Amino acid sequence: MTSLVVAEHDNAGIKPSTLNTITAAAQCGGDVHVLVAGHNAAAAAAAAAAIAGVAKVIHADSPAFAHGLAENVTAQVISMASAYSHILFPATAVGKNIAPRVAAKLDVAQVSDITKVDSPDTFERPIYAGNAIATVQSSDAIKVITVRTTGFDAAPASGGSAAVDVQSAQAASADVSFLGSEIAKNDRPELTAAKIIVSGGRALGSNEKFMEVMTPLADKLGAAMGASRAAVDAGYAPNDWQVGQTGKIVAPQLYVACGISGAIQHLAGMKDSKVIVAINKDAEAPIFSVADYGLEADLFVAVPDLVAAL
Amino acid sequence: MKVMVPVKRVVDYNVKVRVKSDGSGVDIANVKMSMNPFDEIAIEEAVRLKEKGVVTEVIAVSCGVSQCTETLRTAMAIGADRAILVETAEELQPLAVAKILKALMDKEQPGLVILGKQAIDDDCNQTGQMLAALCDRPQATFASKVEVADGKATVTREVDGGSETLSLALPAIITTDLRLTEPRYVTLPNIMKAKKKQLDTVSPADLGVDVSPRIKTLKVVEPAARSAGIKVADVATLVDKLRNDAKVI
Repeated sequence: MTSLVVAEHDNAGIKPSTLNTITAAAQCGGDVHVLVAGHNAAAAAAAAAAIAGVAKVIHADSPAFAHGLAENVTAQVISMASAYSHILFPATAVGKNIAPRVAAKLDVAQVSDITKVDSPDTFERPIYAGNAIATVQSSDAIKVITVRTTGFDAAPASGGSAAVDVQSAQAASADVSFLGSEIAKNDRPELTAAKIIVSGGRALGSNEKFMEVMTPLADKLGAAMGASRAAVDAGYAPNDWQVGQTGKIVAPQLYVACGISGAIQHLAGMKDSKVIVAINKDAEAPIFSVADYGLEADLFVAVPDLVAAL
Repeated sequence: MKVMVPVKRVVDYNVKVRVKSDGSGVDIANVKMSMNPFDEIAIEEAVRLKEKGVVTEVIAVSCGVSQCTETLRTAMAIGADRAILVETAEELQPLAVAKILKALMDKEQPGLVILGKQAIDDDCNQTGQMLAALCDRPQATFASKVEVADGKATVTREVDGGSETLSLALPAIITTDLRLTEPRYVTLPNIMKAKKKQLDTVSPADLGVDVSPRIKTLKVVEPAARSAGIKVADVATLVDKLRNDAKVI
């Protein structure tokens, strides 16, 4: 049995989501190999080789991988798949885009968003927005899996010394091309890896107010910023800040929900947080049922007060 | 150009599901069922493309039990021209659905297939990507904007940290994210018209597809409950608790 983790990276280094995925791979049993498919990605490959528990890194380099296009990464994974019993991806936008394509090319099922490995062929995963946990068993010869990173500890980024095997890249697909991207650049921690998240809901009322009220709190706590679907739909916060069943799944040490009522779909994205604080002036808001500490107060008063008190 | 839009009948998103005490699954008997919200967005987007003159026919497809015809009639009330039910009582998993859709694509030859990014019951997020793999066509998942011209689809997709834009040669597979478009309200005249639109029924066997599940569900349980929290009277108490009790700041 050997697992292949398809690394998420930016050519310069390995993203944290890959570290949690490596832990899940190790629990499947057998050696763990990591594929770094990138463009001028030698630094990322070297970083992968330093991760504790990695036995081998395969580095495939080509402009075809510069933007992680699913068609091209899939072709690379397929070219090496027969050597593996398990192929794992982080359950991020990148991993979720590619894993099912790989699975279908191999004519196997894919197991999405595992939170636990019970045995090499049996896994736990949330269904119905996390209101139920299913234990599932795959009968396919190769298990293709996406890993919910909040379910597994990160493997240590150093301590490993794997060999790096350079592999030739498969040809790029002629049917797809990358035109451009708009990725926010800021100093905040990444939402899915942050230790503290402050999150705003529709009660904030406008984009200006959202930023005006929530940013100082995030700054004081060194936190990432999140939002409810209602806030994002109303344009108060960017799409990729949405925490919930169909947005980001987070499990920080501290989640502060301000003006968020706590719909089932939002809870699905944050109820595994270690400590949950809710600030809402509606005493009946469902968010209070999951909050460790609930403050019934007007957030426009309470949040600035909180910033001052910290 | 034809567009094919698969739609799934799922437990309505407002329903708080209950796990059966014998661990065999989720209790969905007598529970309200609706079209998967992401699939509604897909139908709406397809209908808008037709209204723009880019698409000539929108074909809605659903796989499963006979009650899926209700979901297909809703799709046609939104504006799909005709519908296909692939009827089976077998448990359908994404790989099987992708194979069914590939067989239908071979017959119908659509220029685009638009699917919801995930179903809110199993939360798999796989079918669109699998279909793209099976027909060896390009994919753009989590789409927030779609433009079609000159045999290409230009799709902006939501990714972690922002968005990116891809150009795909048709035929292509697109999956919808929440903010791609807002589904219209279905009007009574359109509901009445939908009752008369063409709805064909086939079986997986008719399409030559083996839909046997590959993944077995061994048990379904409720998630671990959080212990009850407390209300704090003021900000000062909150800070004290976070610092000294929970020790998270």
